[in-house]
Amino acid sequence: MLNPDLVGRTFAGTNSTTITQESIEAFALALGETKSDVAPPTFAITISLEQSQSVLVDSGLDWSRVVHGDQRFLVNKPLQAGDVITCNSTIESARVVAGNEIITVRSDLIESDQVAVSSWSTLVFRA
Amino acid sequence: MSTFVTGTELPSKSFFINRAALVAYANASGDQNPIHQNEEFAKAVGLENVIAHGMYTMGLVSQYVAEIASGSEKVQEFAARFTKPVVVPAGVDVELIVSAVVGEVTENTAKLEITATCNEVKVLGMTKAVILL
Repeated sequence: MLNPDLVGRTFAGTNSTTITQESIEAFALALGETKSDVAPPTFAITISLEQSQSVLVDSGLDWSRVVHGDQRFLVNKPLQAGDVITCNSTIESARVVAGNEIITVRSDLIESDQVAVSSWSTLVFRA
Repeated sequence: MSTFVTGTELPSKSFFINRAALVAYANASGDQNPIHQNEEFAKAVGLENVIAHGMYTMGLVSQYVAEIASGSEKVQEFAARFTKPVVVPAGVDVELIVSAVVGEVTENTAKLEITATCNEVKVLGMTKAVILL
């Protein structure tokens, strides 16, 4: 069970990720897209979910019981090759429904001191 | 397409999901959860069969949206709820049918209300995108 004190807390990402053209192309191609001047809208998940996972696992949650409930992206600036991204994650809400723990994490992908993409993942930890 | 009018039904598009595509997506995204690749494992944890990554299905829908918007860079907001798993048996191309209706239109944005179905079952809920005009 997540400590309720963690709701509202932001965990600053300590590592930065440099987005490569190869990673964008591979992701786009896996979705059947051959244009890859910018990353597909859902590419942010490859950065945000890893960060959310590490925050929630460090907070005591069992990642093997997780199911993705819903997902939202807000794009201020599309991600592209050469972007150096740091990712800050905020636990926005946590509630328990029928024994399942439902947690929403917002991840802000920051490039040159600006939020390029915000990603909200609602994750369901099954009882 | 230059004009968007609220209520317009946009043409649907089909995508085909198979096991090889799930492996390719797992490799490209880093999500190697075996429920998306290994039938024995998926059944052992109570699933009917291998299921597609929710983010893969959402990614396919993003391609539909990007096409309507004339480019991924025009997609400002994109959301979906993972309501039903897309079951992918071995040797089958599962058809995902995506369609949309134009919602609120402003001077520089249009909202799309999107439907995604497999075998006549909605696999995503609350699927919306805001595109820049």
